[in-house]
Amino acid sequence: MSGRLFTREYAHWLARWEVLLIVIIAALLWLGTRLSPVFLSAQNFSNLTVGEMEIAIIAVAMTLIIIAGEIDLSVESMAGLASAVLGFLWAAGVPLSIGIPLVLGMGILGGLLNGILVMRAGLPSLVVTLGTLALFRGLASVVLGPRAISNFPAEFTAFGFGNVPGTAVPWPVVVFALLAAIVGLALHRTWFGRQVFAVGKNQATARYSGVPVVRLKTGLFMLSGLLAALAGVILTSRLSSARSDAGTGMTLAVVTAVLLGGVNIFGGSGTISGVVLAVFTLAVLQNALRLADVSTELQSISVGLLLIVSVVVPNLARQLAHILQRARAERNPTRGAPERVPPYTPA
Amino acid sequence: MQFDVNRSEPKTRLWQRAVAVTASLGLAATALLPTTVGATPAAQGALNVAFLPKAVNNPYFDTAANGAKKAASELGGQFKQVGPSEATGAAQVQFIQDLTTQKVSAIGVSAADPNAIAPALRAARGAGIKIVGYDSSPAEGAYDVFVNQADTQGIGEALVQMACDEAPDCAGDIAILSATSTATNQNAWIAVMQQTLQQAQYSGLNLVDTVYGNDDDQTSQQQAQGLLQAHPNLAVIVSPTSVGIASAAKVLEDTGNAGTVQLTGLGTPNSLKAYVKDGTIKEFALWNVSNLGYLTYYVAAKLVAGEITGAPGQTFSVPNLGDYTIGDKSTIVLGPPQVFKADNIDQFDF
Repeated sequence: MSGRLFTREYAHWLARWEVLLIVIIAALLWLGTRLSPVFLSAQNFSNLTVGEMEIAIIAVAMTLIIIAGEIDLSVESMAGLASAVLGFLWAAGVPLSIGIPLVLGMGILGGLLNGILVMRAGLPSLVVTLGTLALFRGLASVVLGPRAISNFPAEFTAFGFGNVPGTAVPWPVVVFALLAAIVGLALHRTWFGRQVFAVGKNQATARYSGVPVVRLKTGLFMLSGLLAALAGVILTSRLSSARSDAGTGMTLAVVTAVLLGGVNIFGGSGTISGVVLAVFTLAVLQNALRLADVSTELQSISVGLLLIVSVVVPNLARQLAHILQRARAERNPTRGAPERVPPYTPA
Repeated sequence: MQFDVNRSEPKTRLWQRAVAVTASLGLAATALLPTTVGATPAAQGALNVAFLPKAVNNPYFDTAANGAKKAASELGGQFKQVGPSEATGAAQVQFIQDLTTQKVSAIGVSAADPNAIAPALRAARGAGIKIVGYDSSPAEGAYDVFVNQADTQGIGEALVQMACDEAPDCAGDIAILSATSTATNQNAWIAVMQQTLQQAQYSGLNLVDTVYGNDDDQTSQQQAQGLLQAHPNLAVIVSPTSVGIASAAKVLEDTGNAGTVQLTGLGTPNSLKAYVKDGTIKEFALWNVSNLGYLTYYVAAKLVAGEITGAPGQTFSVPNLGDYTIGDKSTIVLGPPQVFKADNIDQFDF
């Protein structure tokens, strides 16, 4: 009996979504090595990860928001607004040591606005953040206009473009790793994380169980605004250029990474480690395709198919499993329908 | 037995996930498989030039690429064109880094955002790759030579002169439909246009609006429509971008404004032939785009061979085009713009 228990537990671990992603990454690494002789180099991995870091950082907050049953579409515009305001302040003579905290504070305020509109006014987050998506981008254009500010100090641009001295690890990766670790621990190891999952599974039940739903979700939107603004700062640093259209199109990439990471779009389940792996999967896939000189169209088709398959296949499998289960239950009523069987209690 | 019943849920999940693993792997494999054929690495030391336009699937850049291909076959070098589907600096950076990893011998680049791609270009130069700017210049210091399609002054003046030709009695409201608000060349031409419009002979022309279609068909059409609605007395739309002028021509036809509102600017002859024939556009200008790509490839080849370094004052000659002298800011100019009208447009095929 105990032998079987071990196998089952082991099999269950093997069947985790993260393991699937690791297998995909391994397959991509193998294919990438075969496709291009220069694929497997430290500098290439440094390049391919740093390009995804803004998306990855925003995805950390988006994971929590989607698990809690909401969505924040305004993130790319908040990143653009952060870039524009940072550039505007710098051009106006405000040092970055003041400009950056100001911009991050603005991100929190933008998130608070989203949170208030969703939680107090009771509007769906899809609608609210679609509105602020346009609003923040509009504000960014007002602040900076068509200008691009680019005379940032070398220390600032070195942060976005440079590596930690002596390694091939880009600075933005360090920021992301820290964030993912902190948020991952908070989500999977603390009461806060359990509240996020509870709200996403069933908001009414969570509220009756004493979860401060309004405060929790507003806080998540503020975190999302903060990380979007941080991504805007890092983007500005990496490109040494502040523009009002920075980050355009990033929201879809963020949502793609989160869903590929196995987070349930309807809320209630998901892991940070899954999303981290998904970000890496997408980065490796696109880099391998680019190095193999695959056309841009085929690249986006590959990413689209990967996402669809990752969402559709488990659903189809679940339905198939249901049918099989029911058929089995009809054949042998004692074995089927586990949910109706009382929980096992040791004698 | 009881234990088994209790544990049957993970079993079904395992089942689902096994399917997911297999399917996703199959997908990843299919997505990558057809590409194995094309992945033959270039021989060491061979001339291997990559063009990175602002965005791919743009007929303008494809024409330049055709010119570059011609040069490549004359010189026995390799050529490829890569690029993002959306014209952003961030997207171009990834391509520059990947081309650096691939160790191409030179990159011909049209900057979507001159400063954003500068650090990546400098890193590429540091790795020994020659950088030739074409169409839209990267930031100074981030390229070896910039091949300018036409001098800014000449283009800006030609655009104003064409607007003057088309506006009745050289008077009325004119508006500009540009590409992205940060494109170097567009902004430089617009600045010259604004200066030129100050001259006495253009005093009847009144620049009422400048809008940005981001070199995207849909956005450009919306912006053109917006111009017609916002300025009912508009006499001429000037669109110094191939995507913008074609989009504006379509909007003028669709809204029945062709003939009342004039349209001119910069565009490729093939994409505008129909509009010139039916009178929606009477004249427009452009440099020879194919020659731009051709010259850019030759400059890249000469840099790689060490015949030139990009220092101002150096001279060289290019077959079919003539002699060039590298000027200020390591720039060379392709030649004067060509004006296309109904009577000469059939002579051009690009």
